[in-house]
Order: sequence, then structure tokens, then C-alpha cells
Amino acid sequence: MRFTLNGKPVELKVAPMRRLLDVLREDCGLTGTKEGCGEGECGACTVLLDGAPVNSCLVPVAQAEGTKVTTIEGLRGHTKLQQAFVTEGGAQCGICTPGFLLAASTLPRAASLEAVKQGLAGNLCRCTGYAGIYRSVAVARGGARAAPKPKPAARAKATPRAKTKPKARSAAARRSR
Amino acid sequence: MKTAFSTLALLRPERPDEALALLRDGPLTPIAGGTDLYVALNAGLCPSRRFVDLSRLKAWRGIAATKDGGLRIGALTTFAQIRDDKRVARALPALCAAAREIGGVQIQNRATVGGNLANASPAADSAPVLLAADAELELASTAGVRRVPLGEFFVAYRHTALRADELIQAVLIPPQPGPSFFRKVGTRAANAISKVVFAGVRAARPRIALGSVGPVPLRAKRAEAALAAGADLESAVDALQQDIAPIDDLRSTAEYRRFVAAGLLRQFWQQTGGRRPAPSRRR
Amino acid sequence: MGKASTRAGSVGRSVPRLEGAAKVDGRARYVDDLSFPGMLHGRTIRAPHACGRLRSVRLGPGGLPLGLVVVGPRDIPGDNVIAVIEDDQPALAWGEIRHAEEPVLLLAHADREALFAVPAEVEMIPGAPVFDPLASPRVFKHIRIARGDAGAALRKAPVVVEGEYRTGAQEHVYIEPNGVIAVPENGGITVHGSLQCPHYVHKALCRLLKLPADKVRVVQTETGGGFGGKEDYPSVIAGHAALLALKARRPVKIVYDRAEDMRATTKRHPSIVRLRTGFSRDGALLAIEAEVVMDGGAYVTLSPVVLSRGVLHATGPYRCPAVAIDGRVVMTNTPPNGAFRGFGAPQTQFAIEAHMDRCAEQLGIDPVKLREKNAFRPGDVTATGQKLPKDTSALPVLREAVRRSDFHRKRKAWAGTGKGIGLALFFHGSGFTGAGEVRLASRASLELTAKGARILVGSTEIGQGTRTMLAQIVADTLRWPLSAIEVAPADTGLVPDSGPTVASRTCMIVGAILQRAARELKHKLGRLTPTQYLARHGALVVTKQYEKPAEIHWDEERYKGDAYGTYAWGCDVVELEVDPVTREVRPLKLTAVQEIGKAIHPGHSRGQIEGGSAQGLGWALSEEVVMRDGKMANAQLTNYMMPTTKDTPEFDVAILEQAYRHGPFGAKGVGELPMDGPAPAVVNALRHAGFDVREVPATPERLLKCASR
Repeated sequence: MRFTLNGKPVELKVAPMRRLLDVLREDCGLTGTKEGCGEGECGACTVLLDGAPVNSCLVPVAQAEGTKVTTIEGLRGHTKLQQAFVTEGGAQCGICTPGFLLAASTLPRAASLEAVKQGLAGNLCRCTGYAGIYRSVAVARGGARAAPKPKPAARAKATPRAKTKPKARSAAARRSR
Repeated sequence: MKTAFSTLALLRPERPDEALALLRDGPLTPIAGGTDLYVALNAGLCPSRRFVDLSRLKAWRGIAATKDGGLRIGALTTFAQIRDDKRVARALPALCAAAREIGGVQIQNRATVGGNLANASPAADSAPVLLAADAELELASTAGVRRVPLGEFFVAYRHTALRADELIQAVLIPPQPGPSFFRKVGTRAANAISKVVFAGVRAARPRIALGSVGPVPLRAKRAEAALAAGADLESAVDALQQDIAPIDDLRSTAEYRRFVAAGLLRQFWQQTGGRRPAPSRRR
Repeated sequence: MGKASTRAGSVGRSVPRLEGAAKVDGRARYVDDLSFPGMLHGRTIRAPHACGRLRSVRLGPGGLPLGLVVVGPRDIPGDNVIAVIEDDQPALAWGEIRHAEEPVLLLAHADREALFAVPAEVEMIPGAPVFDPLASPRVFKHIRIARGDAGAALRKAPVVVEGEYRTGAQEHVYIEPNGVIAVPENGGITVHGSLQCPHYVHKALCRLLKLPADKVRVVQTETGGGFGGKEDYPSVIAGHAALLALKARRPVKIVYDRAEDMRATTKRHPSIVRLRTGFSRDGALLAIEAEVVMDGGAYVTLSPVVLSRGVLHATGPYRCPAVAIDGRVVMTNTPPNGAFRGFGAPQTQFAIEAHMDRCAEQLGIDPVKLREKNAFRPGDVTATGQKLPKDTSALPVLREAVRRSDFHRKRKAWAGTGKGIGLALFFHGSGFTGAGEVRLASRASLELTAKGARILVGSTEIGQGTRTMLAQIVADTLRWPLSAIEVAPADTGLVPDSGPTVASRTCMIVGAILQRAARELKHKLGRLTPTQYLARHGALVVTKQYEKPAEIHWDEERYKGDAYGTYAWGCDVVELEVDPVTREVRPLKLTAVQEIGKAIHPGHSRGQIEGGSAQGLGWALSEEVVMRDGKMANAQLTNYMMPTTKDTPEFDVAILEQAYRHGPFGAKGVGELPMDGPAPAVVNALRHAGFDVREVPATPERLLKCASR
């Protein structure tokens, strides 16, 4: 069978029902695609099939015939996104990172935070609580870095308690009065 | 990985008639998007050895408007296609809502509506919406095509009216008489299996369907009848409790499912209009 | 390599993660990405029932594949034990079976598909299992802590509040399951694996294989998350792979699939904590009586030390003149529970913090005021008699969290709206408990290189940022640029035993040892550049060992003294919304204010706080291990519900610093602290929203059952 892998044509003799994941890792030697669950739940095995993210643990390799498959090794044009995952805390242990990057690479440029969450809901990360991933996506799109600024505990101690006027009361607050 | 994948056979027909002929000479297990089948294979829970791949049957993929103002959705249409389709959004927005909550994007890009129905999970997310929409299925075999109301399709736990030589070819959705409602209550906010799925269409004869509250996705006929007869909402809620037969399982309890089903019926009724059905109003 | 030291240091700056580039382009190699010539795959045959006696293990029917390697208990060259604390757990069970999934036989074959196709039947004479920890006849460890006369104080106290609090088991869900490759070489064995503590595995392998230390080598591969789940368990899977490899004389890989990993490996200890507290009418804490029961599972593993950390945190961050804590960890017929981020402290602090809000209610005192009144101040004395140091930051974190979250206003405004806001105040001892660090006697080395220096430690990078953080400490101590520092792989053949990568100890303890090594290296170097030094004097390696600060004293017998060198402090505020129709809880925002001494890498520290908080929210709301007949019934990611993007709220993290005098640049531990706060803050927010829930996970089903107040 033939398909295009990371921009290059490949021809393989493989059993048709083998998982695309295994063929990529074992036959093509591309181990950047990870197996986290084998249930299509964690998204660590995400690759792009004709540009659309799919779980490669659920794809029979035969169905990749004639398609364009993109793995983390072949992700092009997303250097900023990859760099931001390094600098903004999007990657910690890194095992989910290839899947997140591939899924994130398909998000519309102007996606709101809600849309980013929806687009990445098929990828599980246990290290970051996802916050670092959102920051990475935002910075890759030109958003400002938001590095934490620790402050001395003593100063916090001296900070007077909320003197600032509360902002306009929420609808919920109004209802309760 | 508990299945010897390299030992499995896969036939790859190009056209529906070829697929149906192969199936007639079966036995073969059909595979479309593979999102249920491969979970079973990975867990070693699918004994089939020979499969037929439906993914090349282009004729069965896609959404079209029908003459009567309804929709015809090819069985191989993915939930991503349904999710993003403007015609579906107009005709049956609840179906778009359901598609959006089926797994993550990766699943939506692969899972097909035909597969979701044929797999016949009581928790299938698309089934209640299509049941409430009075959808029909076109079941194809070498002998021809028969139309079966979706309400007659699910016969028992994980069993359908589909014969071994048949495939779902399309889902037919008639024009809807009123606004539709969908809510999935899952085990978490995304990428979840439903604990209760509720779908409704508000009309003079309201249509209500639920998933995960019985062995099959079901229509709540007693509750529908109560509402159609003008009974008050709480009587319909009581009737609904007769319609459903939830159990305790890994994901939830029968008690909780009854509580939620009742609450969702109230929510459906309150959100889709006052006392009279208001077909023009969207949810 | 800069001689000039005018540039700003790297400590306190969020520099790029050292191994980051390899993690974003697919080059990072995890264990399953590696392959060795002639490698076989391994498989573990496991017991089907929770207890009983093993009768037989049958392979077949049908012919077995050619080249199948089989290992049973008789093939074990050394002692059939997994050496941890006690020697009760066998590597392969052969007589008594104590839990379902207990390993009984090992297989290996070159063809993974053929290997898993081999039918295997395990026959047992089933016994009568114990699943309820309160009914367990076997106590693994019993610890009592007493200060003053709590019984008498409770009798005299004007207000007494009682309660029972429960927490469930939790699965780590590192996204990379446990896995190792054992390679027979040089007359011994080398194990490459996904693990936190290479020297733990090394010790266990020497014992199991009856090999001298220099014939066993353990190399950590890039590790896809640990959270404690790769602290003790890798000794088991490494032992199995090594046994197969030695018998087959070929490399053997065992990588669990998700289901096997969830069923067979450790979980967080479930707990039951009963509290009785006495107060004066104005809310001064007069007495705490706590009974702590933890479910250890079938073998001792790390349970005694989990219990120890649990009871040492059982009073919460509160001063109290009379304390009586009685803790025990007991056996049940479930797979052993083990290390999990927090290590007992999240369980007991869940109890005390949920209890404090009930106390506040009964006393008619605002929950913040009640905490302010009783929170530890510098100079206060803990239940074990430890006088708390200057960096005791309970009040600063509480006040900052209350201010940042606008707690008081929301608390008032949200009453009766279905929204709730609640907080939890907590602390976490950094490093090993009691005399643990003295016993570990950790070592760390620095080697001079032409480019600068190379760090040699057994501490592992598991995502938390160890490599980057240690390099920052060394670079700044030497006043060299970060690029001059490299970090050697965690390979027991190369690096000294720096103690395990657990217990929020790597930065504070190992970082401090490295800092001393760096100072000595700098001194030895004098005015020479590394190249000059190497040319003139030859190789230079400086090794330093842990030195106990003189003022720390611990009496293990009486459980008295300085339980930890110091503590990190936190206050979490959780805002949430309960759906009236479904009782689903939606966390809206978590404000985490945490005092960690010094944030060597603020970005990674924030990452720890956010990730730990998310893990805490999962434990609090949705993560439930469903056990049936002693087996995990929901061992799939489809049915074990860790939070997704859409379940996780906005985090507002504030890092406070109050230097610990013995920490590098003042740093304390941060890894576990964030796990302690979310669960009690969630139930306190639920209480505010009208739900009296005293058990986590607070699932919608549980909220339905608990009386809406």
C-alpha cells in the first residue's frame, strides 16, 4: 500500500488491519507518535490524516491508503507553536506533547479560549492542568508572555486586605439580594 | 494490544454493490470509522477475524436535502461533517449539538453516524436525537433497500434489526414540527460516555427519546402521550419514570439516572416554550 | 563559558526547559521507543481472584509458539521478594495469593502477537478476602502522636465538633504506562525504564537476581509522568523483565497497556479519618483527636511511610495545645496502594480542612477568621514538638488567597445562587520524614568539563523540571551561564545515589548538596578556566553528601521532634457551580497561593501548582476507582475520569517566597503541596453551595445522596 508520510511517498507491505500507530512506530521508525491508552481517549497517538487529527490507535493502516499522514516528525510551519510549548510550560513530561501539537496545529488562528478547549478536549495531559498549553497556544499566536512573578511572603503579609471596591456585582449577586 | 492485528483479513470494496455482495457471502464484520471496533480489538474483546471496509463507499457519505424538506445523511457521514453542516444546524440543531459532544475532535473526524447506530450502544449519543426526530434508516442488501423506522431498529441490548447481510445506507430525517432539544449528561465535561442522553422535539405531539436509561436507546412513549394529552409536566415526569429502566453500572446509578431524566424533561419543556408548542422558535 | 559574572543569573527566571526541544519534535525517546537487537516482549500471567492459594498455572491448550520463554518462582536466582521496606511481597507469588492481578508466571517471545495469543489459565483455591479496611485483621503500621492530654481537653472544651471524612483511591494516569527493557550484558543486567528512582530499582534487582551491585545497572529513559506511580512499582516490572532476560539471554521489553497498568499497579491509599476537635467559644482550638485509617492493600510496600506523612499532617496547619493522633494502615486483598503525590498528607488534610468549615459553622465564626485565629505562626509548636521556623507562612498565604479571590464578597453574594466558594489552608513538609534524610545520606557530584560542569545525580526528570532546575542552581552558584552546565543521564552506572525523586525533596535536598559541590568546585578552580584546570590538574569530580542541619532533631521511637526540615504553605480557593438539574459540579476558578521558599524556575513551579491542582480537582470531583471483588472494574481511560480541558477551570496562581535557610537560594519543595488543597476547598465550596458532603470524589451521584441543606 502507498500513502504520503510527512510529505514523502511511502510504499509498505503490511497487514491491512494493523493499527496505523504500530505501522508508523514499528515499520516507519517514527516513534514520536505515542500510545497512551489504545481506546481513543487520551489523544497521545494523534496524527493528521489528510490534515484532520485522528487517533492512530483506532485506524486500520489500510484506511491510510492514498492519504497524507502527518506525524510530529513531519509537522511543518509550526515552529512558533513548538517553541512556545518549550518556553511557556506546554510540555512537562512530554509524552502527550506530540498529540497536543498536532491537534493544536489545526486550530483556527482566531480561536477563542473556549474553542481551543473544545479543539483539545480529545487530548489528555496529566502534568499541566492544561494552563501551560493554553499559554503556549496564545504565545505562538503573538500573545504576550505571562511569566509568573513570585513575591516575598512578608510583603503579602503586609498587604492590606481587599480595600479596592468590588467591581459591578454579578447577575447572580443581584439575584440573591 | 490484545488482538493479533496482522492475522486479520480486510476486504476493501469500492462500491456499495460490491460491499453488499461480499457481505452476502460473509460472514464479515463491517468497519467504517473504527472508533468503536478498534477499542474492542485493542482490548481483545472482538472475536471477528474477517472485516469489510466501508470507507471507500463514497456514495454513502454526505448530507443532502430531501424533497419533503428533510435531510438524507449517508451512513458514512462523520460527526465532524454533521457538526459543521449548516443544513443540519437549521433542520435539527440538536443533532449538531450531539455531534459536538461525541468524543474529542479526533473521534468526530472518524466516527460515522451509521457506525454509531449499528454499534447499538444504549449510550450512543446520536440515537436519542434521531429517535426524537422520527428518523428512518435505509437498510441495504443485495436483495434491495428497506426502510425501517429508527424506533424499530434497536431490538435488544446491542442487538438491532440489521441482518448479517445488510448495511445501513442512510439516515432519513423528516422535517421537524418544532424546536429540538439535546442534552448529554456524561461522566465529565468532554470526551465522556453518557450517563443520560435526552433529546426532544417540541410539537403538538411531542417526541422524547433517551439513552443510557435502558438496554437500548428508547422513545419515552408514556411521557409523550401524557404531554400530548395536555397533562401537567409533573404527570409527564411520573410517566417518564415508567418509560425508562436504568441500572447501576460503572458510570452511574439507577437513582441518579431517574433523577436526571426527570430534570431534563422539565428543562426540555421549559426551554422549548410556554404552554403551546412554538415550532418557529429555536432553542 | 563566561568568566565574567556580570550577567543576571538564571535562578528565578523561567528559562526554556533543557530537554524541551526534543519533546516538541518527537526526538525524545521513551522506553517503548527503544529497541535492542534480538529483543523479546514480556507478558505477566496474573492471579484471577483476590485471595486464596495458587493451585496451577496452565499454558495452552494447543501448541506453544517456538521460542517461548517461561519464568516461574523457581527461576529466581536470589530472594523472591520486591525489596522495599519489608520483604513480604514476592516478585512471583507461588503459595498464598493476596490480591487479584498478583503476578504468578512470566512469558517472553519475539512476536508480541503470538505471545499474547498463548492461552493461560490460573487455578486457585479461593479464600475469604477482606476489602473493608475497618474489618481488616492485619495492621501494617500503627503510629501514635500525643501532645498534652487531648482527652481531658476535649472533656473541658465548651464546643466539641466531630466528623468522619473519607477519600477514595486515585489512579496516577501518567500518560506513559509503566515499562522497562532488561538487557543482559557484562555478566549482569542493565534495565532501561520509565521510572522515578533508579537506585530503588537497583537495590531491588540486586536482591532478586543475587547479583553484586556492579553487575546491575539501571538507566532512566525519558519518563512520561510519574506522580509517585513510578516510585515503587518499577522495581516489580524491572524484576520481571530482568528475570525473563536472564533466562532468555536476550533483551526483554515489558510495557503495560493501559488496562494492565490500571489494574495491576499502585493507587493512592483510600482513607477514613475521624476527628474530634474542642474549641473555646471564641474559636481557639483546644484539642484535636484524630483516628486515621488507611487501606494499604495486600502488601506493605511504602504504606508505613505514607501513614507517617499522613499523621504528621493530620492537625492541618493549626496550633493546638492538646493533640492525640492514632493512625494505622491495614491490609486488604486489593493490589498494594503506593506512593502518590502528597503521600498521605492530602488524605488527612482533606479531613481537617473539611472539618474546619463545619467547626466554623457550629461556632458561628467566619471560616477565614477561624483559620486566622488558629493558623501556625513562626515559633509555634507542632504536635510532635517541632518549633516552627521563620518561614512559616500560613497567614501570608491565607490572606493573599482571600484577597486575590475576593473571597468575602463572593461568599456573601453567592449565597443561594447555586454557586459556591470555599477555601483550604494547608502545608507540606519538604523532604523525607524525620530522620529519613539522614538515613538516605544522599550524594551528588559535579564533574568539571571543558565547557563547564556536568551534574551527576540519581534524581530524575519526570516532567517537573529537575534537569533545568538543578542546572540553574549550579550555574548560579558558579556564576556561570546556564549553557555551561550539562546534566548526565540518571544511570546508576554513572551517577551517585541522590536518593529517590519523591517527597518534594529534589530541589531542596539534592539542590542544596549540589550547591555545596559547586562551591567547592569553584574554590578548587580558583582563577583557572575549566580548560586550564583540566590541562594542568586532570579530571575533577566533586562529590558531596547530605549533611543534617545541626538544629534538626528527630526521635523515631517517640515520634517527637522536627518532623521535616521545613514546610511549604498553601491556600486554595475554589469557585464552582452546581447544576440544579444534574448535580454536576463545574469548577470555575481555582486560586492557588503557595509559599515555596524560592521559585528557582517560576514557570515550572507554576506548572507544578497548576498540574497538581488539576490532579487534586480530579480526585475531588470525578476520579473514582471502582473495585469489584478486589479488581479495578473501570480500568480504562474511558471509565476512569481524569479531567479534560473542559473540566479544568481557570487557575490564578500566586507564588510567595520566604527563604528556608538550608534550601538552595532559599528553596523548599513544591511538587506535592498543590495536591493538598483542592479537595477540601471543593467540599467547602460545595458546603457553601448547600451540600454537606464529607467524602471525595464528590460525584453528582454522591451529591444526590447527601442531603441538600
